[in-house]
Amino acid sequence: MKSGSRLERVLRSGHFAVTAELLSPDSADPPAVLDHARVIGDSCDAINATDASGATTHMSNVAVAALLRRAGYDAVVQLACRDRNRIAMQGDLLGIAALDVRNVLCLTGDGVATGDHPEAKPVFDMDSITLLRTARILRDKVQFLSGRPLTSPPRLFLGGASNPFVPPFDFRPLRLKKKIEAGADFIQTQYCFDVPRLRKFMERVVDMGLHERAFILVGVGPLRSARVAYWMRENIPGVVVPDSVIRRLLGAGKRSRTEGKRICIELIQQIEEIPGISGVHVMAYRQEHLVPEILDEAGLLPRPNPVTFKGSPAPSVDIVDSRQC
Amino acid sequence: MALRRLQDRPRILEIAYVATLAALRLFRNRLNPEGVVQKVFVPGERVTKGLIFDCKMCGDCVLHNTGMTCPMTCPKNLRNGPCGGVRLNGNCEIVPDMQCVWVAAWERSQKMPRFGSGIHEVLAPTDRRLENTSSWINDISPDVTKRPIGWAE
Repeated sequence: MKSGSRLERVLRSGHFAVTAELLSPDSADPPAVLDHARVIGDSCDAINATDASGATTHMSNVAVAALLRRAGYDAVVQLACRDRNRIAMQGDLLGIAALDVRNVLCLTGDGVATGDHPEAKPVFDMDSITLLRTARILRDKVQFLSGRPLTSPPRLFLGGASNPFVPPFDFRPLRLKKKIEAGADFIQTQYCFDVPRLRKFMERVVDMGLHERAFILVGVGPLRSARVAYWMRENIPGVVVPDSVIRRLLGAGKRSRTEGKRICIELIQQIEEIPGISGVHVMAYRQEHLVPEILDEAGLLPRPNPVTFKGSPAPSVDIVDSRQC
Repeated sequence: MALRRLQDRPRILEIAYVATLAALRLFRNRLNPEGVVQKVFVPGERVTKGLIFDCKMCGDCVLHNTGMTCPMTCPKNLRNGPCGGVRLNGNCEIVPDMQCVWVAAWERSQKMPRFGSGIHEVLAPTDRRLENTSSWINDISPDVTKRPIGWAE
């Protein structure tokens, strides 16, 4: 066990895990975070706190994650290389662990041009892979990148992102391998709307044995309407929505919201059947209220109780798990 | 630009890389990073690699690890592979009219018998102090450490 976080314990005990993303508020009020968390919190094992997603400014990732922890939820803090250099990020990694946030998703981040401050200076001092390796150096070598020793290492469960749905397709499984070699313990993917493409990707992943070295959670989410699906495809980098999905939403007419939910449930059920996948990551912006229904209908509720589920008692962080990479 | 097309001949560039390195090693003792040679090499590198690779003079050249495609021309300066925002036509998320640097790098690396597998290596973050210095000199000079001290595992 590397961190002892609830997410890590759920995954290592063999449960199909569920994480869900929270839209960070444009507000300095804690209830702006907690009201949303309450809607999705009991339906998932950990909540992702985004880092200015889409390069648009919101409440800080670390603050959101700390608020979530304080309220008793497990949190995955997303950390992007776009806005910070290696000095700030290593400080954040220590601070995150000090605030009892134990899961970190290491990201490169979107370009600033897509956000609300396109005139800002993009940092990109590191990339997601060097950030992963850096976090592992802090945790396992108990030192900074500079070689300076730490008095206490951050016990973190390290995550990376993957997008199997965009080119260069042959390279995607190999890039996943690179992330695992850099330090990733778990992977959360971009939205999946194309199951055949995911199957092909996972065949390579399983052939290489990567699913045994990191837990792979596949991104899913309900589409509100054909128009929203089309907008996402055109405007959110890396989101691929096949025409067949858009046609299905169009065909549903006024009932497109129900159809979007139906599609999401079907996707989860198909994803669960694919060998090598350890869970799903739900992204349901402005449709958070649908998350419990979707997961319930997909048969993923109730979530395992972290204290009593198989593998209890809650292991101390010193226990070395056989799946440790 | 005609010289840019050389990038589509990664095998030739691979040979040129090995030859350049071998030639430079002959003068190893005279290539002091602080010396006058640096003043000659910097413009030399800027012009030649600029014309062929659109070189950004990071001073820590890894072209042989990245399919002879300069990773610093990626708007996110990614040195370890493509981001997740690549468009379905293989173009960049930030510059829609430009082919993703890593789509090109991956294709070209497949044509490189000697260094092609270097694309799978986890590369360290760059030493920003080396910007606008000669990577040729940095490569063979024992005085230049490019990796952060804590990086080695």
